[in-house]
Amino acid sequence: MVFPQRSADPNGVTQYFDTNPQLAPVLDAMQLFDVYTSVWFSAIYILLFISLIGCVVPRTGVHYRALITPPPAAPKLFSRMPASLSVKFTKNSTIPERAEAVLRKQGYRVIRNGKTVSAERGYVRETGNLVFHFSLIGVLIAVGIGGGLSFSGQRVLVEGETFVNNLASYDSFSPGTFFNESMLVPFSMSLDKFEVDFDLRNQTNVGTPLDFRAYTSSKLTPTSPATSGLIRVNEPLEMPGANIYLTGNGYAPHITIRDAKGNVVFAGANVFLPQSTTYTSLGVIKVPDAERQFGIISFFYPTVETLTTGALTSIYPAPIDPLLTMNVYEGDLGLDSGVPTNVYALDTSKMKQVAGGKSAVKGLRLTLGETVDLPNGLGTVTFDDIRRFASLDVSYNPGGVWVLLFALLSLAGVTTSLLVPRRRVWVRQTTEGFEVAALARGDDPILEKVVREVAEELKAKDKK
Amino acid sequence: MGIALNEGLSQISLIFIYAAMAIYTAAFLTFANHLSRLASEKKKVQGVATKIERIAIILMILGAVLHAVGVVLRGIAASRVPWANMYEFSITGSLVVVTIFLFALTIKDIRLIATFVSGFALLILGSATSIFYVEVKSLMPALQSYWLVIHVVVAILATAFFNIAAALSIAYLLKTAKWIEKSKLKLMATVKRILDLFPSIEKIERLAYRFNIIGFILWSFTLIAGAIWAERAWHRYWGWDTKEVWTFIIWTIYAGYLHANATRGWTGKRSAWLGLIGFLAVLFNFTVVNLFFKGLHVYSGLN
Repeated sequence: MVFPQRSADPNGVTQYFDTNPQLAPVLDAMQLFDVYTSVWFSAIYILLFISLIGCVVPRTGVHYRALITPPPAAPKLFSRMPASLSVKFTKNSTIPERAEAVLRKQGYRVIRNGKTVSAERGYVRETGNLVFHFSLIGVLIAVGIGGGLSFSGQRVLVEGETFVNNLASYDSFSPGTFFNESMLVPFSMSLDKFEVDFDLRNQTNVGTPLDFRAYTSSKLTPTSPATSGLIRVNEPLEMPGANIYLTGNGYAPHITIRDAKGNVVFAGANVFLPQSTTYTSLGVIKVPDAERQFGIISFFYPTVETLTTGALTSIYPAPIDPLLTMNVYEGDLGLDSGVPTNVYALDTSKMKQVAGGKSAVKGLRLTLGETVDLPNGLGTVTFDDIRRFASLDVSYNPGGVWVLLFALLSLAGVTTSLLVPRRRVWVRQTTEGFEVAALARGDDPILEKVVREVAEELKAKDKK
Repeated sequence: MGIALNEGLSQISLIFIYAAMAIYTAAFLTFANHLSRLASEKKKVQGVATKIERIAIILMILGAVLHAVGVVLRGIAASRVPWANMYEFSITGSLVVVTIFLFALTIKDIRLIATFVSGFALLILGSATSIFYVEVKSLMPALQSYWLVIHVVVAILATAFFNIAAALSIAYLLKTAKWIEKSKLKLMATVKRILDLFPSIEKIERLAYRFNIIGFILWSFTLIAGAIWAERAWHRYWGWDTKEVWTFIIWTIYAGYLHANATRGWTGKRSAWLGLIGFLAVLFNFTVVNLFFKGLHVYSGLN
């Protein structure tokens, strides 16, 4: 069973609530829609953390003792070892000394005891293993502390607008547990221009976005000189204590509304949310300052096309043949009660539709620069200009660098512990020659080869 | 402004992929024929086997060359790396599997899984061309990063190593299966003879372990590289995106596999099953997660 997660698929969760109204609250109480921030998930995380420490600390002690203990004495029967070789060889009187020299040269730790030599190598295998586990603990700590100190805020900026980095400027903001507002560096940033390249050249690819560019200018203090910058997807703007990312974009048609007397009652660029890849966009305009309050639900088509059904659609995301359509509602906008409302939605429950839909007046249609009359003597509306907006994400996580550092360290550790073989080699002088044996601790692909080579080298050295 | 996509070239690329599939089919049948001959009780039939194996290997190399041309042409047609959607990932990934396998052929013991590998490559290419195929498209801005090269190449390599290890684990499990051992069916007797030709179970197990080790190291790197990229592109290094979660689950399964081998002394069948579960998760991550789960890694290019 798979449940949609709020973090990856918020609409899926809403839908789940709609289709399973009884089950969903129960699942929600078990935090199954927010698994990764749930209490039980944190519990697993902490248990993992404790068991890691419980595993690594004693092992460090064991490894330390192994490091100061000389290689173990040779076994009685070499033939019992996984790899061994018995060599007949007459000139064997100096075998122990030579074996010591040969093995030492190959990086073994060697102990000579009479006629036998014990050697061990690959201690770094266990060292790597411990580094790996300690680094995982490091990753967990860095994730925890970094997450606590981090923040992430969202802000939509229309071309020409400026944003100042303080809590009040954000449309939404999610701080970590240890965050406080004094951590925000009060720089300001303006969106000077936003550019998009859409493919108009390759047939199968028409309308596909190729590049998004947000040109910015920023100031560290109100009096300091402005620095220009560029934000692209994959290329955030780095400001002190914050990185600014480009996460979305769309159109913000600039509209002016005048009442019947010609006084301006509304003027501004309204953010329209894109509804499709061809940027058919939906926006809401609320006009509370008019004599009689009214609101507009508007669609923007960058390159308009009429379907055979009569419905409108946009066939290309750039404004080649732009059109605005408007449905007008008269009545209480619900703004006077002081309760915050969604700027992207119009609550029409206390309003009456006066243009478009089933009302007597047809929906309004405006091309760029056009002015048309509003119904019921509400005045006129002008489509002045097309601007673009950028959705920006401002976030900061001081733990990121540490997570990366520990992750790389753990990768180095685990690679060492998996690829460096740890083995013991013994050589013993016998009456007819000598014996070599080896024992791998863990996986060792070349154990037999090692034994053969040691034996050959011992023989070869003697010939000289 | 922008890049030029070459529609015609991508069609030619597709023809090469189809041709590679045809040759792989021949290689697969020849390898299978070779195995069945080796398993024969008649000496005479066995004698021809080495020659047939050589033919099969040559076929596979030829297939790989056509396959490589197809992949390169696809890259040229799209004027970028050929692994930006599921179709391209499949054709490039299977080419890597085949290439690693062909290089590993110098280790003689691995030859007997040739039937598996050629069959698998065929299966992947088959599903790529029939289910995952999309026309050449330009890269969406989120993918325009050099991390696409690093992150994805390493992921492909890791998958290829896991893949070969999984083939070895299957061989191990078949070889140790009691139901095959005990069966009185004639077909099973042949299967048994074929399995007898494989290297010893110890050797298979060790080989699978080593391929998994390399796979695991590469997979860890994929995870880290992905997190670095995510920090650049999605303003956080880790966000529990569906694909991130599954990549982590796979990492955990293989970590468990290595841990069980190293400290719990879990070897043999249990270890082989664990490795296989890991690879099933890899396949699941690539297919079901890509196609049916919602999240940020929506790059299949399919609707």
